[in-house]
Parts: sequence; C-alpha cells; structure tokens
Amino acid sequence: MKRLLIVAVALLGGILSAQAKLHVVTTTPDLASLTEAIGGNEVTVTCLGKPSEDPHYIQAKPSFIVALNRADVLVLVGMELEIGWLPALQKQTRNARIQTGGAGYVDASVGVTPLDLPSETVTRAMGDVHPLGNPHYLLDPEAGKIAARNIAAGLKRAAPDKAAVFEDALAKLLARIETAQAEAQKLLAPFRGAKVITYHRSFTYFVARYGMEVIAEIEPKPGIPPSPSHLVSVAKQMRQAGVKAILQEPWHERRTSDLLAKQTGAKVVVLPVQTGSDPAAKDYPATVKRLAEKVAAALP
Amino acid sequence: MKYFRIAVLVATLLVVRSARADETLDALKQQLQLLQQQVQQLQQKVAELESAKASQPTKAAGLSAEASAKAETAATTPAKTWSPEQPLTLGRAGSAYVNLSLVGDTVLGWSTTPDVERIEGAHHDPSQRGFTLQGAELTLDGAVDPYFTALATIPLVLEPGGETVVELEEAWVQTTSLPWNLQVKAGQMFANFGRHNQLHSHSWDFVDQPIVITRLLGGDGLRNPGAQLSWLAPLPFYTELSLGVFNSDHSSFRADGEGFSPLHGGEPVDRTLRGPQDLLYVPRLAVSFDLSDTQTLLLGSSAAVGPNNSGPNASTQILGADLYWKWRPVNAHQGFPFVSWQTEWLFRRYDAAERVGEGGTALPSETLRDWGLYSQLLWGFTRGWVAGLRGEYVTGNNATFVSDGRLDRARISPNLTWYPTEFSKIRLQYNYDHIEQWGDEHSVWLQLEFLIGAHAAHKF
Repeated sequence: MKRLLIVAVALLGGILSAQAKLHVVTTTPDLASLTEAIGGNEVTVTCLGKPSEDPHYIQAKPSFIVALNRADVLVLVGMELEIGWLPALQKQTRNARIQTGGAGYVDASVGVTPLDLPSETVTRAMGDVHPLGNPHYLLDPEAGKIAARNIAAGLKRAAPDKAAVFEDALAKLLARIETAQAEAQKLLAPFRGAKVITYHRSFTYFVARYGMEVIAEIEPKPGIPPSPSHLVSVAKQMRQAGVKAILQEPWHERRTSDLLAKQTGAKVVVLPVQTGSDPAAKDYPATVKRLAEKVAAALP
Repeated sequence: MKYFRIAVLVATLLVVRSARADETLDALKQQLQLLQQQVQQLQQKVAELESAKASQPTKAAGLSAEASAKAETAATTPAKTWSPEQPLTLGRAGSAYVNLSLVGDTVLGWSTTPDVERIEGAHHDPSQRGFTLQGAELTLDGAVDPYFTALATIPLVLEPGGETVVELEEAWVQTTSLPWNLQVKAGQMFANFGRHNQLHSHSWDFVDQPIVITRLLGGDGLRNPGAQLSWLAPLPFYTELSLGVFNSDHSSFRADGEGFSPLHGGEPVDRTLRGPQDLLYVPRLAVSFDLSDTQTLLLGSSAAVGPNNSGPNASTQILGADLYWKWRPVNAHQGFPFVSWQTEWLFRRYDAAERVGEGGTALPSETLRDWGLYSQLLWGFTRGWVAGLRGEYVTGNNATFVSDGRLDRARISPNLTWYPTEFSKIRLQYNYDHIEQWGDEHSVWLQLEFLIGAHAAHKF
C-alpha cells in the first residue's frame, strides 16, 4: 500500500513537472521567436500564423481553439492587427487566463509609440485604417525590444519562480537584437534619404528607423486593390522621385509590382517580414539583419 | 598619547566625511548641469516649434481675435469634445462596450413562378419578383463582465405586403470562464445543429437557404429560447460536445398553429408543457482535424428530439450529419484563393398520431419520414471573387395527407460573388428547380449586401 502511494506520488510529480512548462501561444512567428528566446526550456510555444501568412487574415481553425484552451500565455501583436480573427477564437477557448485583460494576455505593443496614428475620425471610406495606429511595428528592432520586454513580463507573471531565468535570457536577447540593429543600420547607412514605394502601408516603422521615405503605395488606400489610374499616378511619382525599390510582403500579388518595375526601372523586393519567411531569417534578430540585407542589395 | 590618538581619529573622520561630502557635491553638481542642459534643449525645442507655428498661415486669419484664440486652444487640446456635426461614436477603438453593426441584404430578381414564396420558403429568402429586402440586421455584442459575453441580433424584415416585421433572431449570454472546459449559453438562440442552422442570412454562401434546412429545421431555422451546455474535450484534436434544451414550439415539433397543420393535415393538439419530456433536446458532436497546413476538415453529427402537435404523446426526431472541408494556401492574400466543400444530410421521423383532418376526415396514425441533403462547392479563385455550385435533393414518404412541404424536389444553383471589401458583396445566382407535381421553375437573383459598424469575426 505504502509502495503504491509512493509510486502514485512519483507519477503525479512526474506529471506535474511535465506540466510545469508554460504553454505559450503566439499569433505570429516573430513573437514566437522572441518568446522562445526568453522562455528557453521553460516554455513550449505554439504559433498560429505561418511565416508566409498575412497576420491580418489568419484562418481561425478549430485546432487553434484546442491550443488556446491549454495556453497559460497568449502573446499577440496588438493594435487591432488580429481583430479579424482572434476575438472569435478567444470566446470559444473556455480559458479565462487568455481573455483580454487576463493574467496570461500579453499585448506586445504596450509602450510602442504608434506611427500612422489617424488624426481625423476614421471611417471605412479610408480603407482598412487601423484606428490605434500602424500595427507593423516589429519591423523596427527598437520596437521589437519593447515587445521582448512585454513578453518577458508576461512570462514572469505566469511563472514568478522562473523570473531570474527569463531576465537573464531577455538581457541576452536584447543584446542580440542590438547587434543585429547595429549591423542593419550600417548596411543601410548609405541609403539614408532613399525614396521607395510599398505595396501595403506596412513599412512605416522600417523606413522611419533607417531614414528612408515611402513616397507612394500601390494600394490607393490600405487594403483596397489598385486601380489603373492610381498605378499611372504612382509610376509618374516614381519616375519624378527616382524610386529604385518597390517593397512588399510575401503574401501580396507580384504582378502589379512587376508591371511598375518594368515601367520605371525600379526593383521589386519581396521582404522576409516575418521570422522564417526566408531561410536566413531563422529568428527575430536574424530577420532584422536579413531585411536590411535585402533592401541594401536592391538599392544602387 | 591617548589624546593624540583621539585627535588623529577625529581628524581622519573629518577628512573622510568632507571627502565624501565633496563627492556627493560633485555628483549633485553634475546632475544639476545635466538638468540645466536638458532644460535648455527643451526651451530651444519649444522656441523652434513656436516659430514654426507662427510662420504657418493661421486658418482663423479672418476671424476675430477672440475666435482665433479659441481656435488656438482647440488646436493645442487633443481631446475633442463632441459637437453635433461629428458622428456619435458608440464603440471607439480602445473602449468596446458594445460592438454595433447593421447588415443590409437586398435582392433583385425574377422567377418563372409568380408565387415566389412557394419555392423560397425561408424568412430571409427572396420573396417576390422584383425587389426584396431580405433583411436589415442589427447586431449588438460585447463583454458583459469578466464572466459573460452577450450578443443580440435583431433583423428588420420587409414583408411582400410592405409591412416591416421586427424579429428577435438571437439574444443570448455566454460564459467565458467556467471550469472543466465547460461553457453555458442561455437565451434566444440558434440551436447548435449542423452548420447552416447557426448562420445569419448575411453569412450564407447562396442567396437562399437550402431546401432541406427550410423543410426540417424551419423557415427561421431551429431557434428558440433555451440553454446550452458545451464541453471541449481534452483531446489533441478539436472535439466539442454540446447539449441544448429549448422550448419545443417549432414547425417540426410542438407548433402552436391555427387551422390544420400544413405538414400532417390534422388539427394541431394544444400541448402544454407537462414536464421535461415536452422540451426540445439538441445534442451535437463536432470534431476537426488539420489534414495539412493548408487543409482543414470539420465533421459533425446532430440530433433534435421533442414532442409534436399531431397528438398528446406524439414526437419527432431529426438527425443530421455534416462535413466541411477547406483548402487555403499558406500565402493566401486576404483569404484568397481557397476551395471549400460543405455537405449536410438531414433525416426527420415525424410520428403523426391519429388525428382529424379538414372536413372531419379521420387520418390514421402513421410515420412521416423525410430526408434531404445539400452539397456545395465554393472556389475563391482570385482576391474578392468566389464561384459556387450547390446541388440539393429532398424527399418524403407517402402519407394519407399530401403536404406541399413534403414533395420530392431537386435544385441546382450556380452563383458568382464579388466582395469589393469584407464589408460589401454583390452576388448573382441562378436556380433550376424541379418539383414533383409542380414541374420546373427557373429563377435569377442579384443580391447586394452592405455592412456598417463592427465586423464580427466568423467562426470556421
């Protein structure tokens, strides 16, 4: 009887220690990379979005409900980037921890200074304008560091006994982002003031960090497909300003960009905007550097 | 000697203390200098900004000094107060007490039958030749408190006669944080039966509701006041088990009707609620698997069991099975391209008791068996464009009373939908309808839908 009890206790202990790992669900691969770097062996990370998937339009599959049901922590980009699919999932998870405002709810954008903050009343006639500001802040490593700190704080809330481990890993991660940023800045230093165009309004933070300028977008309004007359005007602007690069995310169609490139002599650069969308962008710091390399290679 | 020692000690102490004091003084001086520098920098910035502002042409140039001063303060105050010409913000980013939306569906079309309602039986189907306003649906939803979320859907429907009918489609509250993976939903709601039954008309993939749904689950769908308990099984794949309990007032069940039943031909028995056996029970099991990164499968089986109005102890059972498969590449742009296939099969066993029909004819006790299915394939071939094809078949066994709602029928509907954005759509659909005893009917419908306000995220 006593032996049985010991075995039972040992088994229970085994189960408990196996469960001691924090289950973290992130919406995008960048956040997954940051979380893995900070959490190390103390966390198991499930990422809902794929590297090549537009985070605005992730398919809310039932399997995500299962993952979120078990999550101790949910990390999201925030600024309403995931508003089209995440709230419906949250309601079905039956998990109070990851509901908005819950102990395990980590909005990585807290403390990031939003850009493209609309100054006038937002209406849908303006296209898909995010009323809380542009949510593509992870393209700026400086904002990436803020996100990393938010994630570390969230992990510490969920597992206070591992605080020291997370702190230590966070410091190392911040140093790596710092290095990557310095390298990226060096690579892009010759192109300060360069004028580019982008498909979607997603590179605001990137160009602000590296001193470039977006003079036009292929989409006439965020999320609205281009019309021929708009493209004619973009091509004209590109020729006048001497634009050499068209930046776009992997999920946008290339036909329009290629057409503009042919007309103006600019190069189309499909950027690995998320960790894993390019073999060299294996984690967040590597993605910071890879982005800079790609842009630097395209500019004369 | 002793005094000397003391003197030395005091002297060293003094020196050390004064040295420390010097250090702190230096540090303070440095800090002060830093602060001074910062203040200077800030002052410079303020001056720059002010000069920039001064050089800008003032909008209020033509106004009086008082007005321009007002304009100045208004410009520097970021928090605007509401004025009548500004839109009234009910749900603003950052404060979402109530998400409010209005979806309007309007359809223009023609059918070979002048009596469109005979072939389009659901409440939100096109109901006449020419224009039909299928509904203007008001939806309110939000978090009640940390424990509940709630939703209400109130469509306004313009009947063919021109009368406006207000419908309380749904009004329910749902828990967010019960233990053991449980969730309770209570209020007026669509029963968790199959896939189509839970969709509001604006989420339909075709202009009209599948015939089998209209026949077996009703023109308004299977919905009633009730409560539902659901459980997410702790399995590695999605498995949800639910049981709903509802009032049984429904066309397939204990409908309170005046006159003779259009289904069994007899005079409806006024059945009161005697106990739990007279309620409607709706169990459902749904499972889902990710077949790959790009393909997802959802399978479900449902039942609805309750009393009917043909006799004091008669009952109805409805069974359903559903399948939904979707393919979407991982680099989809705004959800396109995609291919989806949805099929639902339903069977109804209606135990009709001995009853009295029109003219006092006696109708014997018999079992009315109906079944039907629909299968639809959607292909989102490029951003914003979806081509669809739906095939349907329904049939019923022979009974003493011949009901229009139990005739054999088949329908084929190809359609094409264009979504300019997620908030609007234009759909063209053709229906070829073959009905036993009635013959063939052809219909063409052009539907326009718009949404203003919050766009609730759709379930898979």
